[in-house]
Amino acid sequence: MITVFGIFLLSLLVITALAIVQTRNLFVAVMLAAIFSLLMAANFFILDAADVALTEAAVGAGVTTVILLSALALTAEREKRSGSIRWISVAVVAVTVLILIYATFDKPALGDPDAPVHQHVAPWYLEKTPVFMDIPNVVTAVLASFRGYDTLGEVFVVFVAMVGVLFVLGGDGGRSGPITTPDPGLRHHLIPKVVGRLLLPFIILFGLYVQFHGEYGPGGGFQAGAIIATGLILHALLEGEQAALRSVPAGAMQALVVAGASLYGGVGVACMLLGGSFLDYSVLHPDPVTGRQIGIIAIELGVGMAVCGALLSIFHAFAAREH
Amino acid sequence: MSVLAHLPALVVIAPLLTSPLVLLLKPRGLAWLAALVASLASFAIAIALTTSVLEGTTPGYEMGGWPAPYGIGLTIDALSAIVLLVVTGASSFALLAGRASIDSQIAPARQPYFYAAWLLAVAGFLGIAVSADAFNIFVFMEISSLACYVLIAGGPDRRALPAVFKYLIIGTVAATFYLIGVGLIYMMTGTLALADMESRIEAVADQSPILVAAGFITIGLALKAAVFPLHVWLPNAYTHAPHIVTVFLAACATKVAIYVLLRFDFFVFQQNLIGHELQFSFFLLPLAVLAVLIASGAALAESNLKRLLAYSSIAQIGYILLGASLVSVEGLTAGIVHLFNHALAKGALFLAVAGLALGASGLDLEDLRGIARKRPWTMAAFVAASLSLIGMPGTAGFISKWYLITAAIEQGPLGMVLVTVIVVSSLMALAYIWRVVEPAYFQSSETSSSAGEPAASTRGGAISWLAAVTWIAVAANFYFGLQPALPLSLAANAAGLLLGHMP
Repeated sequence: MITVFGIFLLSLLVITALAIVQTRNLFVAVMLAAIFSLLMAANFFILDAADVALTEAAVGAGVTTVILLSALALTAEREKRSGSIRWISVAVVAVTVLILIYATFDKPALGDPDAPVHQHVAPWYLEKTPVFMDIPNVVTAVLASFRGYDTLGEVFVVFVAMVGVLFVLGGDGGRSGPITTPDPGLRHHLIPKVVGRLLLPFIILFGLYVQFHGEYGPGGGFQAGAIIATGLILHALLEGEQAALRSVPAGAMQALVVAGASLYGGVGVACMLLGGSFLDYSVLHPDPVTGRQIGIIAIELGVGMAVCGALLSIFHAFAAREH
Repeated sequence: MSVLAHLPALVVIAPLLTSPLVLLLKPRGLAWLAALVASLASFAIAIALTTSVLEGTTPGYEMGGWPAPYGIGLTIDALSAIVLLVVTGASSFALLAGRASIDSQIAPARQPYFYAAWLLAVAGFLGIAVSADAFNIFVFMEISSLACYVLIAGGPDRRALPAVFKYLIIGTVAATFYLIGVGLIYMMTGTLALADMESRIEAVADQSPILVAAGFITIGLALKAAVFPLHVWLPNAYTHAPHIVTVFLAACATKVAIYVLLRFDFFVFQQNLIGHELQFSFFLLPLAVLAVLIASGAALAESNLKRLLAYSSIAQIGYILLGASLVSVEGLTAGIVHLFNHALAKGALFLAVAGLALGASGLDLEDLRGIARKRPWTMAAFVAASLSLIGMPGTAGFISKWYLITAAIEQGPLGMVLVTVIVVSSLMALAYIWRVVEPAYFQSSETSSSAGEPAASTRGGAISWLAAVTWIAVAANFYFGLQPALPLSLAANAAGLLLGHMP
């Protein structure tokens, strides 16, 4: 049954991808991209990768769509016709696809317990996580501790994305430049207003749950940061840009990013000062297991702050340009 | 653990963790100072690490205290050490020299973002160079690539935006190709650590995912390294970037990709894939020869100074790959030593360009008429650095060409063809540099009124300072031409390491 459902979802995925390439209407493309992400999230869920599914749904279908839409407000709705089809490009893509299909010929079957990925490091992670960290979510253990250095890197990828948007779009998070027309947001539309205001506290609450429950169930800083950012962006859409900036000023958003990234890095440096390696949380507490739990909670908080602040800053940088 | 034991991690962490703090330093100058200090700190650590590599040790580090392959390991051998020196040295020199040039091209309010992106680019390159984990290399590749796009987009020249968009699309394709390759290898071996991959890949080496992975990783990294004919993103990106950014990127960006290409290929593929040595040579050697000849030819026809030097860079990447594609100790030594020496020469040349740009109305060759009279010291530095690029005896460039020719001669009849290519391309380099020197020294500017002349009182000091730092970089070219022991021993050491992984 799962196989049939998987094939169905993957077929939809391919159809959506082709539709994105084919359409000339950028608004349609953005909407299709959101659908693509939701389908992808469903696929990840079928593969039992709940953490990844949650991230894909929150970031891919949620925040990315809003940011793409606000970028779309700065440009035209329809793509320019670019003359003839470039056959070289089509040929390169076709060859790449064929090679990738060839690569699947010798791949282990889906769910094969003897596949190399299930035989080498994965069993070690499953066996050692309860011993070293005593938390049920092994994914969190891998992301936050065993490969915590990669996750630190990913936080800085989000950070550099924010730096780039603010740098290219002209600087200080939309504070400069007098906004002449007061932006009414969607306040005059009854249904979005009522539904949005009802949803907002629950979105934030769910975000906090995902943040602080990451050790026990699917979730963690990345997902939580994206969910809370989505909630605050919804607030901005409902109440208008200025009202949103009054409640969370642009400076505060950037400070949140700096604090989050520095918290993560600071925990690592603290571990060094206490005599361990960079990001070796076991030295944070006399009991190494407790120390690792403290470390994981602290860095997850850093990730959440950095991701939330960065996504909000990027959104507001685009929104400020619209006026 | 002592501080010394932490150095492999600190070299990356220092610029990485300074970058968010730079955003808080709004007043002018402080952000620059913080970036310079972090960069110099990394430079000092890189020197310390190189010293211990030269003493015969291989500094390593276990991130989070977890041993590889469960955690992420860092390893610094001779090959990484040379990349560390190039990246931190280029960044420190560019920042030290470039304050005035950056001030003239980037508005003060945007500067904290600029310096944050700069430090992230440095940290990204360094993270790649010290990492012993294939996925960790990808993470830092993302950081460095994104930061580079930001830096290039920063200039006042609006043409930078389409240039950077092209670079962004191609760079993203390249990173995705690399990731697809690493994913396929992970699927077949269950590991991400390079050393672990090397031992586990043998059992599955003849299966389709591994063969496809080798192709994707090679093409992806070749795109990043601007290997001919995958170089199309490079000329415009270098030309329209802020001048100081060009100094930094021209000295190290493509070299880091070549470093990963060499490391992955020799450590993981060479001994495990059947016939890979020949494939590697047959793939890279023709491309390297074409790069050297065609890119030098393009430089001969180019009318913009920065673009001319950018095409020259593509040709120089050809030299590095030419050495590597011979798969011999001499060839690899020549390639790796050229990686170091070209960074010295091109870094010094672009520093001189940044100095000339402060005085000229533009950087087309026509705009440079008579510039030698206005900027005698900067133009003299340009000429001196060009000698190293061309390969005059006594300069660093000569050392790498000498080793390259020695390595080529060992190849028999084919070697003579390669020697001809090297000699002809050196003459071409002489010709395209002459195209700059001639208007600068032997033509006078038509307009006597100096339109682009800055207010002498405020800028005079800045220009002299830039020229002084440029001359230090030029002096390094001569120093390493006369005393080539350091880069040569590192390169020979690295070549031995790479070939030690051959079957």
